[in-house]
Amino acid sequence: MQPTDITNPDYFHKVVDCQRGCPAHTDVPGYIRLIAQGRFSDAYLLNRRTNVFPGVLGRVCDRPCEPACRRGRVDEEPVAICRLKRVAADLRDNIRDRLPTAPVEKSGKRIALVGAGCASLAVANDLMPLGHEIVIYEAQDVPGGLMRSNIPSFRLPEDVLDEEIAQIVDMGVDLRLGTEVESLKALLGEGYDAIFIGSGAPKGKNLDLPGRYESDRIHIGIEWLESIAFEHIDSVGQNVLIIGVGNTAMDCCRSSLRLGAKNVKVMARKPRAFFKASEWELKDAEEENVEIVVNHSPKEFVVEAGKLVGMKFELMEYDLDEQGKIVAQRITGETFVPCDDVVLAIGQDNAFPWIERDLGIDFDQWDVPVVDPVTYQSGCKNVFFGGDAAFGPKNIIWAVEHGHQAAISIHKYCRGEDVADRLKDGMHLSSTKMGLHEWSYSNSYDDAERTLVPHLSLLERFKDLDFEVELGFDAERAVREVERCLNCDQQTVFTAGLCIECDACIDVCPVKCLTMTRNGDETDLRERLSTPARNLQQDLYVSAALPQTSRVMVKDEDLCVHCGLCAERCPTAAWDMQKFTLAVPYAIDENVAPEPEQIARKWGI
Amino acid sequence: MSFIAKPKVIHPQSPRNKLGLTVRDYEGGMSTLCAGCGHDSVTGAIVQVAFELSIPPHRMAKLSGIGCSSKTPAYFAKQSHGFNTVHGRMPSVASGANAANSDLWYIGVSGDGDSLSIGLGQFCHAIRRNVNMLYIIENNGVYGLTKGQFSASADLGSKAKKGAENQQPPIDPCRMAISMGAGFVARSFSGDKEQLLPLIKAGLSHKGFAVIDVISPCVTFNDHEGSTKSYEYTRQHFHPAIQANYVPPSEELKVQYKAGEAMPVILHDGSQIILRKVAGKYDPTDRASIYSYLEQYQQAGEVITGLLYYDDNLKEMHDLSNIVDQPLSMIDHAELCPGDDALQVLQNVWR
Ligand SMILES: Cc1cc2nc3c(=O)[nH]c(=O)nc-3n(C[C@H](O)[C@H](O)[C@H](O)COP(=O)(O)OP(=O)(O)OC[C@H]3O[C@@H](n4cnc5c(N)ncnc54)[C@H](O)[C@@H]3O)c2cc1C
Ligand SMILES: Cc1ncc(C[n+]2csc(CCOP(=O)(O)OP(=O)(O)O)c2C)c(N)n1
Ligand code: SF4
Ligand code: SF4
Ligand code: SF4
Ligand code: SF4
Ligand SMILES: [Mg+2]
Repeated sequence: MQPTDITNPDYFHKVVDCQRGCPAHTDVPGYIRLIAQGRFSDAYLLNRRTNVFPGVLGRVCDRPCEPACRRGRVDEEPVAICRLKRVAADLRDNIRDRLPTAPVEKSGKRIALVGAGCASLAVANDLMPLGHEIVIYEAQDVPGGLMRSNIPSFRLPEDVLDEEIAQIVDMGVDLRLGTEVESLKALLGEGYDAIFIGSGAPKGKNLDLPGRYESDRIHIGIEWLESIAFEHIDSVGQNVLIIGVGNTAMDCCRSSLRLGAKNVKVMARKPRAFFKASEWELKDAEEENVEIVVNHSPKEFVVEAGKLVGMKFELMEYDLDEQGKIVAQRITGETFVPCDDVVLAIGQDNAFPWIERDLGIDFDQWDVPVVDPVTYQSGCKNVFFGGDAAFGPKNIIWAVEHGHQAAISIHKYCRGEDVADRLKDGMHLSSTKMGLHEWSYSNSYDDAERTLVPHLSLLERFKDLDFEVELGFDAERAVREVERCLNCDQQTVFTAGLCIECDACIDVCPVKCLTMTRNGDETDLRERLSTPARNLQQDLYVSAALPQTSRVMVKDEDLCVHCGLCAERCPTAAWDMQKFTLAVPYAIDENVAPEPEQIARKWGI
Repeated sequence: MSFIAKPKVIHPQSPRNKLGLTVRDYEGGMSTLCAGCGHDSVTGAIVQVAFELSIPPHRMAKLSGIGCSSKTPAYFAKQSHGFNTVHGRMPSVASGANAANSDLWYIGVSGDGDSLSIGLGQFCHAIRRNVNMLYIIENNGVYGLTKGQFSASADLGSKAKKGAENQQPPIDPCRMAISMGAGFVARSFSGDKEQLLPLIKAGLSHKGFAVIDVISPCVTFNDHEGSTKSYEYTRQHFHPAIQANYVPPSEELKVQYKAGEAMPVILHDGSQIILRKVAGKYDPTDRASIYSYLEQYQQAGEVITGLLYYDDNLKEMHDLSNIVDQPLSMIDHAELCPGDDALQVLQNVWR
């Protein structure tokens, strides 16, 4: 193999699994160390730079970082990253005067954003400090999009959402509530320099089975949740069936319990391994005694004398292959399940009835617009898309990342620059050696199990729809959980010319991830390591030829626990532990590109 | 020396041996030696071998004298028996232990100072007795622990850290062991585990005294330019004369060797050592020729390595003394030591 190019920020970025897994590349180890030091405001602001809504995301983020987390490969349970984020938001001081502001001098550019969901808000957050005038059109009377209308308040309290939206709007955004955009053509006619469409994927999927239109007790999940949020609905029958097992279904079943349902069943067509809902959302629902019924395929709504009495289901049986894929399915019978209400939670679709089809914007067969995946520009050059509107329903953190990227494009577009010619990620490395056996991070491995978040008791939580179930970590629990983090940004950096091939690092490594051997191609090398490197998602770090024997030093990044022992045992400092800072460019950086070192210094991490 | 404990975490795909143990189960305490010391690498090799041979840790006995090298038994097999003797006296304690319980795997770890300076006499007599043990000399040419004075293995002209040259001729433990009648004599290098691992395995399986002189650089006091025991010097002057592969008892020999090309030796436990010539006419069974071969190369400053001499026809200590097969420590005390009356009877036989 060729020696690994560690000057490419991508290489070490991949080693920080959580940061890599986060669509917005939040510096997780950086901010959680700040939390452990009690620097909650700094942790909050570091977070906010990338993900804009730390308080919201600390509660309801889809947390792609957690399945990616290295700790999960080392001892099963990942670091409770999301819950730590919330600690920063809960315990911080007033940070008003540290938030970005809009300059007095304006750029003269006017930009319209459609929808006041997280995607548009992220765009506004990045463009306001550049002096652009931002107008947001929102159909509802309150901003926030699905965060407001669909995510129930027992998971996301309103005041948290209000405060983080205000941080953006208070920079001077012209927020026009209750103003639905009915024609893009008309909006284009208003002379904006650019338009961003962050209108979401607003259409809940229907289930067109016999009996569907004979009762008004069959609801579409996202519309029903919205009615609850806006207090148009405040009750439901005793027996409720939820169709579908995605995250929307989990919110529907738990909301039902709070509206008075006594017996709630989530009906799934397939076995548990095929559920779309995150494992933690399933657990939270099951903790509230929601029954999840598998292998039931909906067949018919049963309505007697104009009243919904239940649903018929086909009983399913599946054959799985060795990989767990379904290879055959059979119907083995039929059953009737009585109920008073049915909520359909089987997905969302995009819908753009207000966008004329002759503006140069193409749509695919599912009404999803054709958008450039890097620039978020559409066929109509001054119209950009982001969030659920761009590529179909995803989640908040993706919408925020789309917002950042679209903001860069819009800024460049307004300045007459090529939107595709963007700044690349930068990086900074600095040694963390403090003494012979001392590092500026906590390098010892803590074998504690994942810290549990306390919940409001089952007796208390149903008393009010707004009672938040999760209570969050206190500072003490947070510190304990931070210690589980392996500090994956503390990189092992190797200088081949210094190595005397004494084997010390190889012998001391607890997970046997280092090997000195003759070079070979990747498949061959992977098998010849101290422990074969079979996780192909994780890279091999290969050195240049070593001075004494011309062998190479190979590191399998997969399970390194960043304990620094290799560097401690190395007599020549050929291995060093160095803090890696990824410098992610934002719209504001297109004016003056920052030195990655400045970013590292600013946060003192 | 490190402040943190070695993380308990292990690689989930870590291989397990016949006892279900991972290599980490053969580790000891955290090393307190200098970072990069060759001795730590020898420790690593012992750990690996004990793991691969599936030796039950509690059936191992590790013995040593005094010195950095002699500290190393603390860093492997923490669940085994151990004895740290007075400087240079490990061979007598090992002989005694072995006499009492022949049923353990004995590993002696010593230094060039411990074995060739203060302990030279003890070393020679352990060879003569043919104690059934593996005796590793971690040879760095200096007294590491006392800050780098030349030891008895320092080569003529080798320079100390501050420039002084060694004036006294070196003792070569291999030539000495061969002349004393050892049946298994090898030399290797801490920085070459590919060679070292099979030698340690073979040495452990050999019945009788097996000595391995492992060049094991002292990074702190003897790894500079001008030293003949540095990593760099050893690598530049390293010549394998004979290559030894170890084949465990359970495995069949897969390869057939042509006569003259390789020589398989079957050990008492059914394992085999396959000796393969690397250098010219070297014959690991011909004492006289080896002796002059080693002498000649040593004069030239070269380091000849591999299984240098092998003779499996020697009787080990228990056979020589006609001791019963059952370990003495397992025999009931009354039977082992039948008392004063029995002694009188015995003495009367010779009166
Ligand atoms: C029940 C449910 C639970 C969810 N839970 C989570 C969760 O826990 N974590 C997570 O990360 N994600 C969750 N999601 C997904 C997440 O809410 C969305 O991915 C995210 O809100 C998308 O943001 P957006 O800005 O693209 O669009 P939206 O949030 O949908 O905002 C779009 C806004 O545009 C407005 N609008 C639409 N058309 C017009 C128009 N023509 N004129 C003016 N305004 C218009 C809408 O009123 C809305 O306010 C959940 C989704 C649902 C349905
Ligand atoms: C009886 C006695 N004499 C002298 C010493 C001092 N001493 C301690 S270690 C040592 C030399 C050890 O050298 P070596 O065996 O080569 O071990 P190394 O430290 O080089 O590995 C000496 C002379 C001692 N401990 N005991
Ligand atoms: S262990 Fe810490 S740094 Fe590593 S992936 Fe998990 S949270 Fe991120
Ligand atoms: S930091 Fe070094 S010693 Fe520790 S696990 Fe990683 S490679 Fe191994
Ligand atoms: S400890 Fe340092 S010098 Fe020794 S092999 Fe490892 S990198 Fe090379
Ligand atoms: S002094 Fe020399 S022999 Fe002793 S531990 Fe240090 S490097 Fe090893
Ligand atoms: Mg020595």
